[in-house]
Amino acid sequence: MNVFDIIGPVMIGPSSSHTAGAVRIGRVVNKLMDGQTPAKLELILSGSFAQTYRGHGTDRALLAGVMGFHSYSEEIRDALRIADRRGIRYEFVKRDLPGAHPNTARIVYTLADGSSGSVQAASVGGGNIRVDLINDMHVDFSGDSNTLLVMHLDRPGVIAAVTNLMREEYADLNICNFHLSREQRGGNAIMTIEIDNMPPAELIGDIRKLEHVTNALLIRRL
Amino acid sequence: MLKYQSIQELVSAAEERGLKISELVLRDQAEAMDQTQEALYERMRKSFEVMRESVAAGQKRELRSMSGLTGGEGWRMKQYTESHNGGLCGSFLSGAIARALAVAGCNASMGRIVAAPTAGSCGILPGCLVSLYEERGMAERDIVMSIFTAGAFGMVIAAKASIAGAEGGCQAECGSAAAMAAAALVELMGGTPTQCADACAIAVANQLGLVCDPVAGLVEIPCIKRNVSGLMIAFSSADLALAGVGPKIPADECVDAMREVGNALPAALRETAGGGLAATPTGQKLREQVFGK
Repeated sequence: MNVFDIIGPVMIGPSSSHTAGAVRIGRVVNKLMDGQTPAKLELILSGSFAQTYRGHGTDRALLAGVMGFHSYSEEIRDALRIADRRGIRYEFVKRDLPGAHPNTARIVYTLADGSSGSVQAASVGGGNIRVDLINDMHVDFSGDSNTLLVMHLDRPGVIAAVTNLMREEYADLNICNFHLSREQRGGNAIMTIEIDNMPPAELIGDIRKLEHVTNALLIRRL
Repeated sequence: MLKYQSIQELVSAAEERGLKISELVLRDQAEAMDQTQEALYERMRKSFEVMRESVAAGQKRELRSMSGLTGGEGWRMKQYTESHNGGLCGSFLSGAIARALAVAGCNASMGRIVAAPTAGSCGILPGCLVSLYEERGMAERDIVMSIFTAGAFGMVIAAKASIAGAEGGCQAECGSAAAMAAAALVELMGGTPTQCADACAIAVANQLGLVCDPVAGLVEIPCIKRNVSGLMIAFSSADLALAGVGPKIPADECVDAMREVGNALPAALRETAGGGLAATPTGQKLREQVFGK
């Protein structure tokens, strides 16, 4: 904790959890889409998000984040109109997600080329979030650090290949958190690697070339 | 490096080195965050700028919250103050009340604010500090520095008790904000680090038990006006400390008491909108007005 955790964040009101945190959840989707404008969005609001989203502007906040705005951007107020203008078709759905934190949103996007993806995340207080699912695979990160997501097939040696590459080619990168989840033995798996410093853009390309790696994404500090 | 685990630590460290708490904290945080003091000062100066902008934005007559339940309080109070020669409180305090209302109203209308320590309590610190800046001609540098003092007290309260209404009730939000502001005010008026801690203790003691009971779960009723009571307690606690009418219970023990009281609060009185004003017939009616049955 530092002094700016107490005096801050600078944010658009009214609620750090229901507004500022919601923007950050949206921003995870923005990073996952690599900043592209989605053609279609389904935004599922669960728990307290479903009950009080209108009064807190949670809907606008999520959309603003998806469009790349920050939790301090004045545009949040007008996010619905801005999304309309950008030709984004969006739908808000109130549905309780089983077992989810009370302030959870799930966002499913479809891009113009038909490809799609999803993020499920919880706003855990004070504007902080916890990302629970990416493309329906379990992850666990806050977006406070730069986060590397490596989708791969569950084979022996893949983790070592990724971390050795980081050690050998990008020696100053320091991992501060590591999490692995998989669908089943030998199936699709995802590594969540949080890094203290900012990895160079080439890292992603290098990781994608590794055997059994199907994709890699860098979600820069939100 | 400071641990921010006790107020006594802050006071002793500052007095041993002959520093203001703000100077001590700026040095410490620059080291902890691996940044220059100038960079941190500049970041805080920008936060004070946002505070002044939210005062201005919140004093617009047409301001309305997202729910439509509130709006225009900052404008109305400012009008009253100007047309009634400051009303009962006098123009300085009435003006400060209007500023606190304005910032809290700015927050409710999806305007930009600095959470201090939270969005729900964001009007208290600017209400105090922007008033000293605009009405008493205090230097921007001194005011910006005093926010480091406020932040340090907030860090200790967050570590020892809580700054979240969902955990500790409103005493944790508006109570903490008032305690932080009281300490900053004392430093600005030339008080000692011990007097800063005294003001913090009085402010915490005067808001112990305050529940978090937002109507419809929104950061509006009673939050906007609780920023006013927090501001009044900040000013009076600072004056008491400066006058030498110090607390009988030390600040750290008051904060411990705040934690214990918070733990003893039932869930209905911790931001769930299940009790207090939220559960009154009118509170329920207002909720239905916004969200339906």
